[in-house]
Amino acid sequence: MLKDYMGVISLSEDESNIRSLTVHRPIASIPIFARYRVIDFMLSNMKNAGITNVGIFVNSASRSLIDHIGTGKPWDMNRKNDGVFIFNRYLNAAVNNDIKLLKNNLEFLYRSKKNKVIMTSSYMICNIDFEEIAYEHEKSDADVTVVYKKVENGDNMFLNCDTLKIDENGRVLSVGRNLCLTDTANVSMEIYIMNKEFFIDCILRCIQDGGCDTIKQYIFANLKKFDVRAYEYKGYVGCINSVNSYYRVSMDILEYDVMNELLNSERRIYTKSNDSPPTKYLNGSEIVNSLIANGCIIKGTVKNSIISRGVVIEEGAEVINSIVFPKCVINKNVKLKNVILDKNVEIEMDKVLIGDKNYPVVIEKGSYVGI
Amino acid sequence: MPKKEIVAMILAGGQGSRLKNLTRNNAKPAVPFGGKYRIIDFTLSNCANSGIDTVGVLTQYQPLILHTHIGIGSAWDLDRKFGGVTLLPPFESESGGNWYKGTADAIFQNIGFIDYFDPEYVLILSGDHIYKMDYSEMLEYHKEKKADATIAVIEVPLKEASRFGIMNTEEDGRIYEFEEKPKKPKSTLASMGIYIFNWQKLKTYLKEDEKDAESQRDFGKNIIPKMLNGGLRLYAYKFEGYWKDVGTVDSYWEAHMDLLDEESGMDLNDPYWKIYTADYSYPPQYIGADAVVKNSLIVEGCIIEGEVKNSVLSYGVKVGKNAKVIDSIIMNHTEIEDGAYICRAIIGKGCKVRAGVQVGNCQDIVLIGDNKDIKENTKNE
Repeated sequence: MLKDYMGVISLSEDESNIRSLTVHRPIASIPIFARYRVIDFMLSNMKNAGITNVGIFVNSASRSLIDHIGTGKPWDMNRKNDGVFIFNRYLNAAVNNDIKLLKNNLEFLYRSKKNKVIMTSSYMICNIDFEEIAYEHEKSDADVTVVYKKVENGDNMFLNCDTLKIDENGRVLSVGRNLCLTDTANVSMEIYIMNKEFFIDCILRCIQDGGCDTIKQYIFANLKKFDVRAYEYKGYVGCINSVNSYYRVSMDILEYDVMNELLNSERRIYTKSNDSPPTKYLNGSEIVNSLIANGCIIKGTVKNSIISRGVVIEEGAEVINSIVFPKCVINKNVKLKNVILDKNVEIEMDKVLIGDKNYPVVIEKGSYVGI
Repeated sequence: MPKKEIVAMILAGGQGSRLKNLTRNNAKPAVPFGGKYRIIDFTLSNCANSGIDTVGVLTQYQPLILHTHIGIGSAWDLDRKFGGVTLLPPFESESGGNWYKGTADAIFQNIGFIDYFDPEYVLILSGDHIYKMDYSEMLEYHKEKKADATIAVIEVPLKEASRFGIMNTEEDGRIYEFEEKPKKPKSTLASMGIYIFNWQKLKTYLKEDEKDAESQRDFGKNIIPKMLNGGLRLYAYKFEGYWKDVGTVDSYWEAHMDLLDEESGMDLNDPYWKIYTADYSYPPQYIGADAVVKNSLIVEGCIIEGEVKNSVLSYGVKVGKNAKVIDSIIMNHTEIEDGAYICRAIIGKGCKVRAGVQVGNCQDIVLIGDNKDIKENTKNE
């Protein structure tokens, strides 16, 4: 258990390619895998490592996130001592700038009795053992340890992610950006471990010296001065930074091994409960290779799809290769293929919506798709 | 001192021996029900949804799972500063310790708990019925009738009436006679074991009853008849809706089949009357490529690769390839291996039904206890 560690989840995440799902929410609270939100993974990773003091730094509309996190109870973070804290942006701050947000809330860092920090973002989905990384970090005496994944599909995934150039000793030499030019790449998972004192020092110097908007920029600008080591993560990583990648990561979960690794691990993923009843499958239902949450009523056909809580699928409807967010209603004889329905969407009888598997159709939250 | 208008007391100490294996290590109110619930969740949720925020739960038989399940009551929003849920097992005092000798005795021994909230009314409930009821409407009725006690009743078929406690009433609902399991019932209004009493009146009768050596310390058998003899105003409150006592293996199984029946009147999906329960974080259910699922209730954590028909599956149940589960209830973390065949069975938690094994013959209900490894065809344990 990482008793000396506090968590910082910085949500200054690039939303420019995932706008249709982030109109009402940050990436962190996009529904995913039928019953979770994107941030559940990093928060649960922290909980599972015994971290009880977490600050979430939000840089965009936070209503949905605050509603989801609440007092932090699902992650055992409703504590008298420590617990989870949410820090909102100020009106004048730029969205991709976390340094001001951190600086304005330095008291959170000062007040905590922990002396080390794990900083992450939310959009790298993984079920990761922080204890092992912390162990390696402490053994190495590095100033910063950054976690990366050696990917082989860098030519069509992980667009715009940081890529690391690493020497034979694991030291980070330079940091670039993945433009999908090569298939292999060392993609940074934006998980950083360092001493709290070092972390605070970086925030202050970053502002004093200028030129950097985010703490990672400051660290990467000083790679010669700081000892920054890379830790290779070998498990599954799903990167949610575009509609396309969201769709593909969602389809990945229907592969049994990925589902087992992410969701059926001993390190559980926790989320807010809605007290939904069991899902009811009626006589006409046909379900193939799909992930389904509680509280649904299913009379139609569901194939290779992800169905969130409280969805109604009427007779004769077919949902194929699609992702349905909570509380959608899919009426009789509707056909959906390669579609993402945001929350509370209703599709009128007999409608047909077909997207492309590289360009899924996204229907905005609360829409009524009728005549 | 602040006070409460009404305090609910849930009688949850019974063994429920007619549920056989299901209550060997567990009290009846804590028996799993409906895939993700325990039986007492219905009563506790009714309290929460009726706006009753002070609830005592009287426990006695095998209370470990029940106590763990209820905890501080946060699942039902009953973790309150003043009030909330309180577990009330039997206790020892200066004059010695006593088990609860009957339903009335359990309340008598907790007079101190109820007096602490100084309520006008006390609502007595049992923790082993499946129903949804707004107790605040019953309380309104109780006040309207200026009653000393109100008993909730439900219309039962005449031929079944002799199994129940039957209320004979005047036209306005006032009870003039109570008959416990009458051979020749005069009415079809059966007591549901739900009572609202004016607390001060009830307290007097409880104290008197405690002095009566003949008394069985039971509400139905002793307190209600004594109140009728004493000329108190007792009224019957007619409940219309789904209500089921799940006291036997057959009725427990039937109640599950009712959940699968659209016409039964038991809708778990009502957003205005949710049934709450302790929460576990399991992943969504996964339905595999060759699975067939018809007319069933399935919850989180299940992995279905075979066929499931007319069945209710609890947390983390696995159904292997070509396995069949028909007309059955499977409790949490039980694994049905490839090619197994389950028909009309109730299988406890943590069991393993080995590949190709058949359980049940589709006629009588077969009940398998918890944590069994079933390697051979089984008709009954």
